[in-house]
Amino acid sequence: MASTEEKVIGIIADQLGRERDEITLTTDIQKDLGADSLDIAEMLIQFEDEFNITIEESEAQNIVTVADVVSHIAAAVNGQAGGAADTEKEEK
Amino acid sequence: MQVDLKDKVAVVTGGTRGIGLGIAQALAANGAKVAVVGTNPEKLKQAVESITATGAEAEGYICNVASTEEVEKTVNAVLEKFSKIDILVNNAGITRDVPLGAMKDEEWDDVIAVNLRGPFLFTRACSKPMRRAKKGRIINITSISGLIGNKGQANYSASKAGLIGFTRTASKELAGKNITVNAVAPGFIETDMTNVLPEIYKTELKSRTPLGRIGQVADVAAAVLFFAGDEANFITGQILTVDGGLIR
Repeated sequence: MASTEEKVIGIIADQLGRERDEITLTTDIQKDLGADSLDIAEMLIQFEDEFNITIEESEAQNIVTVADVVSHIAAAVNGQAGGAADTEKEEK
Repeated sequence: MQVDLKDKVAVVTGGTRGIGLGIAQALAANGAKVAVVGTNPEKLKQAVESITATGAEAEGYICNVASTEEVEKTVNAVLEKFSKIDILVNNAGITRDVPLGAMKDEEWDDVIAVNLRGPFLFTRACSKPMRRAKKGRIINITSISGLIGNKGQANYSASKAGLIGFTRTASKELAGKNITVNAVAPGFIETDMTNVLPEIYKTELKSRTPLGRIGQVADVAAAVLFFAGDEANFITGQILTVDGGLIR
């Protein structure tokens, strides 16, 4: 089964028409990949649907890198939304 | 018609004159911040000024609604400026009236591009922030020409009938995200678009209209306000005809 990181990178790559190997945890979604407001809105919807979580607008504004997405999802899935989880300890 | 649209952000395509301008002004008068989309810089400036002069907030955007690139750029710019989009009014429309047998390919294509592709592009783009917000109002301006047909308007009536189908499908797809999609189908409304019609035609239409008068922009704007307001939050996929009873 794909990890959270793999799923997140897959969604981002599909949305932005990029190759998966272009994207790593440290990739800045806007600066490095050129995502605009519409791209980000669409990706956030897909993250919400894929992981069955809610990403509040205030939280979304703190999401810059792929790692921010992954850690936010891990935290939300663990029922401790706020994006504080360590990416390295992501639950499978 | 009064509804509470305070702090709502509305996008109105074709908002520089006629029905679109009336809708933009009505939304603003009810508290909305309005992004006016048009193609003519001078008319756009005048439209925005007509709204800001009342103390309401408005911003103008030049955009060809049939261009994917321009639509996405415009919607991004609206989001940069206002942070959200609550209401989208797909109003931009053109006519190229010609009898079917003499209609040129371009006359068909241009009308379909603006009147049908435009609403698709704007709906696709604006539905993203709306889906994120899990609320939104999309109001498409179609026409009785799309319901009953009209001589010389094969292109226009096809585009407006298409917009009705689009409204119904979009309402089903977006309902799960608490976004309503409805349409207003004006009959004969006094605007620049209809002022070019022959006087005899206008007189005949008036006599056939049960309510005995030509429609005004405010009549259409009132229907849009209704769909935009909280009071209509259980209504979606509907086509509201505003024609003085003409096609009943």
